Amino acid sequence: MSALELARWQFGVTTVYHFIFVPLTIGLGFFVAGMQTAWYRTRKPEYLRMTRFYGRLFLINFAIGVVTGIVQEFQFGMNWSAYSRFVGDIFGAPLAMEGLLAFFLESTFLGLWIFGWDKLPKKVHLATIWAAATGTLISAFFILAANSWMQHPVGFHIDAAKHRAELTSIGAVLSNSTLWVTFPHTIAGAFVTAGAFVLAVAAWQLRKQRDLDLFRKAAKGAMLVTLVASLAVAVTGDIQGKVMTKQQPMKMAAAEALYHSSKPASFSLFTIGSLDGDHEKWSLRVPGVLSFLATGSFNGKVEGIDDVQAQEVAKYGPGTYKPVIPIAYWSFRLMIGFGLLAALASVWGLFALRRRRLPTSRWFYRAAIWAVATPFLANSMGWIFTEMGRQPWVVYGVMQTSDAVSPGVGRASVATSLVVFTLLYGVLAVINIRLMLRYIRGGAENVPELDPTSEQPEPSLAFSY
Amino acid sequence: MHLTTLWFILIAVLWTGYFVLEGFDFGVGALLPVLGRDELDRRVMLRTLGPLWDGNEVWLLVAGGATFAAFPEWYASMFSGFYLALLLILVALIVRGLAIEYRNKQDDVVWRRRWDIAITASSAAPALLWGVAFANIVRGVPLDASHRYTGTFFTLLNPYALLGGLVTLSLFLLHGAVFLALKTDGDIRQRSRHLAGQLGVAAIALAALFLGITQARHGKAITDITAAIAAVALIGAVAANGKGREGWAFLGTAVTIAFAVATLFGDLWPNVLPSSTAGAFSLTVRNAASSAYTLGVMTWVAAFATPVVLAYQGWTYWVFRKRISRTDFATAVTVPAQDAKNVETAAVTP
Repeated sequence: MSALELARWQFGVTTVYHFIFVPLTIGLGFFVAGMQTAWYRTRKPEYLRMTRFYGRLFLINFAIGVVTGIVQEFQFGMNWSAYSRFVGDIFGAPLAMEGLLAFFLESTFLGLWIFGWDKLPKKVHLATIWAAATGTLISAFFILAANSWMQHPVGFHIDAAKHRAELTSIGAVLSNSTLWVTFPHTIAGAFVTAGAFVLAVAAWQLRKQRDLDLFRKAAKGAMLVTLVASLAVAVTGDIQGKVMTKQQPMKMAAAEALYHSSKPASFSLFTIGSLDGDHEKWSLRVPGVLSFLATGSFNGKVEGIDDVQAQEVAKYGPGTYKPVIPIAYWSFRLMIGFGLLAALASVWGLFALRRRRLPTSRWFYRAAIWAVATPFLANSMGWIFTEMGRQPWVVYGVMQTSDAVSPGVGRASVATSLVVFTLLYGVLAVINIRLMLRYIRGGAENVPELDPTSEQPEPSLAFSY
Repeated sequence: MHLTTLWFILIAVLWTGYFVLEGFDFGVGALLPVLGRDELDRRVMLRTLGPLWDGNEVWLLVAGGATFAAFPEWYASMFSGFYLALLLILVALIVRGLAIEYRNKQDDVVWRRRWDIAITASSAAPALLWGVAFANIVRGVPLDASHRYTGTFFTLLNPYALLGGLVTLSLFLLHGAVFLALKTDGDIRQRSRHLAGQLGVAAIALAALFLGITQARHGKAITDITAAIAAVALIGAVAANGKGREGWAFLGTAVTIAFAVATLFGDLWPNVLPSSTAGAFSLTVRNAASSAYTLGVMTWVAAFATPVVLAYQGWTYWVFRKRISRTDFATAVTVPAQDAKNVETAAVTP
């Protein structure tokens, strides 16, 4: 493998891994904030127990998200120095803003939340978890602003003398249409992820007949959130597809492995055989759906890979402008499929738990527990699709990935760091999952008797650390 | 003032903030096996960092992000050039963060012992490596005409840079010991003070040698003054520590670190990464900087955000100002549930 391929693998491995934890952090932060708010309002001990139980799982997850994020801040300089030189004038700004406006907020207020139970008045302590959760949202906004600029570069010009792209309008970068469909899509996905997680943990406890009241409430809340968030994912994803078709027609064509422009274009649920346009053996097709996804009309014209390729050659000069088609094709399907499964699980669950019922079917609990995997997979597939589907561009229409890699960093260096990160992340995954399971098995702790009218800090609530 | 000058100063301030704040984190972590004689001692030590360390580390991320935004050429050349050194630092920071957060999440002797080793190693390694990196930045590294680093990992391990590494290591150990003396109570407070006195001697000797060489080679009139302030503050810190004035001692080590960083950045100016190959290949505040527009945007963001960040981070230090002692844990050392059976009785520690 060349240094370029190794660097791409490293970016893929470290970023997909990082993004396993990020959506859960974003969603679960708000769940915990909501639970603590419920406690603050009602002073019912079960809400406090719920806050502290899910709060600990949140912290375990948050820690690994933070440390794997450190790599992201420096990886552009290490492996992608040509990229950093060329686009730093634009791309660096949202990264720096993320640090200043979001990272400080998250880390400082989370520290206050963890250690402030017995030091801060209840209202102030409640505010700290909301501040930390808000920080995660701000962080997502700025990093997606940076990514959206790579998908759809706006607000810049190329300075030929300096050989670099320069920012001309920060307003354009922050109001990028791509950003404003990607941000809600990603955040909705984060809430689906956290909802499925809260549900799976609650279902496990309910199956063991533990704390029925508490976990029934948690499960129901989680499923409502999952359902609403799933709808939001679908709606925003639909809008995003149409924006993407306009901005990156190749990506939509690759998502269907559609070689020739079609009107109307059908959507294949799956295909047997190779996706090279010639050797399809069999596929299950729904007529008009691709047209709808791309244009909003069941009879719209969708451009094919070969036609977009010809257009891009005319525009950018000779070259191949196709991503790896099977990856684009399958990641797109799997993203939608896993997302749908998560939504279905929440519908089934809400039906099963209606009117204070508790389902007896073992299958219900099994499904609710295993459904936790679906949004994580959907998140990963979505990013693999959107990043791999943009190739060979690193910044669409402006810079190719092969020109972005660090010219001075040899294969041995990149291979070393790829191996180190992969092994380290593997070990951390095992530790993280074991710790999570241990706390889930531990169940919700009992809380001491509290004076429900007191606004003052409760020394009895100190987390021992 | 030219915006590139302003951003050079801001980035120096971010690194200063990072080293002053995470410096004591590194020190406390590295001293864990020395000052932490038993489990309760180690808990006291780590609790002094608990609410603070993550916020302290953000100074690094913002320094990195700000360098990317304001001086992309510097960011690109430095981090691709210092590739394996930075990899080591990143691995250490990853392990360290998780070790601090996970160590107390399972009441198991082996689990804790392993994380304690991880905390010590992953605190000492970056404390050393950052000094090596900054000494190399001041000294200059082989850069070609396109600002590409042409050396190897071993180019960075020259005697001057290794001395720089020992300086940051000893300063951070001292800073950490002084911090512990300030933030703890009881026996560990006395032992921290005592150790700080010993570390102080080593830090004074190493820092004097390093700053002397640095000023002889790269010094300017103004940085001679900052270096002198750092030296006086260091001696003052050790003296204050000897007299049991812990607040003054901590202020002294903080001022030492701040002025030592200021000295290095002052010596660097107007370069950001000098080339040892040819002076003309050096990266300077001018040829490494972003456009005036980007710098202007970032100036507004920094002007708005920095006071707010300083206010709430300062507030955190105020909220957790109380000294920590062993008695704080007397009732709180609880056993996490081992399995489902004893769940009803066991309180789980976070």
